[in-house]
Amino acid sequence: MSQKSADASQNTVWMIAVRDNRDRQAFAALFDFFAPRLKGFIMRTGTSAHQAEEIVQDVMLTVWRKAAMFDPHRAPVSAWVYQIARNRQIDILRRENRPVPEELKLDVETEPDASQILAVEQEASHLKTALSRLKPDQREIIEKAYLGELTHQEISSQTGLPLGTIKSRIRLGLERLRHELKDLKP
Amino acid sequence: MTAPAHHIPDAMLAAYAAGTLPHVFSVAVASHISLCLHCRAALEAHQSVGGAVLEGAGPVALSADLKSDLLSRLDEPYIPAPTYERRGIYPGPLVAELKGRAPRWKSLGMGVRQDILSAGKSGSLRLLHIRAGQAVPDHSHNGLEMTLVLQGSFSDETGRFGVGDIEIATEDLEHTPVADEGAPCICLAATDAPLRFSGLVPRLLQPLFRI
Repeated sequence: MSQKSADASQNTVWMIAVRDNRDRQAFAALFDFFAPRLKGFIMRTGTSAHQAEEIVQDVMLTVWRKAAMFDPHRAPVSAWVYQIARNRQIDILRRENRPVPEELKLDVETEPDASQILAVEQEASHLKTALSRLKPDQREIIEKAYLGELTHQEISSQTGLPLGTIKSRIRLGLERLRHELKDLKP
Repeated sequence: MTAPAHHIPDAMLAAYAAGTLPHVFSVAVASHISLCLHCRAALEAHQSVGGAVLEGAGPVALSADLKSDLLSRLDEPYIPAPTYERRGIYPGPLVAELKGRAPRWKSLGMGVRQDILSAGKSGSLRLLHIRAGQAVPDHSHNGLEMTLVLQGSFSDETGRFGVGDIEIATEDLEHTPVADEGAPCICLAATDAPLRFSGLVPRLLQPLFRI
C-alpha cells in the first residue's frame, strides 16, 4: 500500500490499493467494512435480506470493476459506494438505467495531492459529527432523504435541515475540479 | 464557454443523488451537471452526506458464504455497459435518452419546433428549437417545469438563461420565454404535468401537439 497516502483514512488507503494494484486483501478489507453496512442500509428501505445481499454483491463487484473511477481528491470512499448502491437499487426498482452525468475524463496518473485528500476526509468526518449531533427526528429526516424515502418537495419543505454544512464541502470540491480541468489543457 | 449562472437547488440535488427525482427531471439534472462544475461539486457533496448515512447504518450480519462467493467472482469476464458520449451540443445523458439518434424536429408553427422524447402520466421530456426573437406562448404550469439551455439563450420575466443554465418554474410562475437574438435557442424541457396555455388557440392545439 502506498506510502504517499499513509495519513489518509484506512478505507481510502485500501481503495487506492484496489485501484492502483488490484489488491485483493485490501478489497476483502473494504468488503468487511462496507458489506454489512450496505446490507443494513438497503434493508432499511424494506428490501428483503435475500435481495439486499444480491445488491450488496452487485455493488461490491462494481467497486472492484470501476475502481479506476475512484478519486479521493473529490470524495471519500463511502460517498462513492453510496452512489453506486443507490444507482443499483433504482435500476432494479424501476427496471431502467437511471440518467448519470458524463464522467470527467481526468488524468488519475497525476501526482496525488495529500493535503487535498486529507481536506476531503476532514470534511467527511465533520459531516459525520454534524449528523451524530442532530436531534433524533432531524437525523431521521436526513437519513430518509438519502435513503430515497422522501420526494424533493418533501426535502424542500424541511426547512431547518443543516444542508448549510455542505457549503464548504462544495467549495472544496469545486476548486479541485477547476484545478484538475486546468491540468488537462495542453 | 462561460460557466452556467443558474443552478439546481439543494433539495433537488439531494433527491437526484438518492434517486427519488422523477426520470424526466433526472435526465435534465444529469445533463446540467455534465455542463456545470458547480453542480457537479455540489452533487459530490450530497454523495458525501449519503456516504455518512451509509457509514452510520447499523451493520447486519451477512450469510456465511457471501464473501468467499464474491471474492471468487472477481476474475469473471466483464464487459462494461456502453455509455453515450456528448454529441455536439447534446450532453451524454441526453444522447442516452435519445438512444444515440439525432433529434427529429417537428414544426409547431410560429418558429417553434419540438421533438418529444417521452410523454406520459409521470411527465414529459422534449427538445425545443425556437427561432431567435420568437416567444413561446404565454403559459403557466400544473406542476414543475425544468428547462435546460443547450444552444443560444432565452429571457423571461425572471432573467436571462444561456447555455448550461437551468430554469426551474413552479405552478406560481406565468412567464413568456423569448429566444434572444443570435442562434436559434435549443433547450431540453422536462415537466411532471401537461403545460396549459393562456391563449385560446394554443389551448386548442395542445392535445394535437402535446405541447
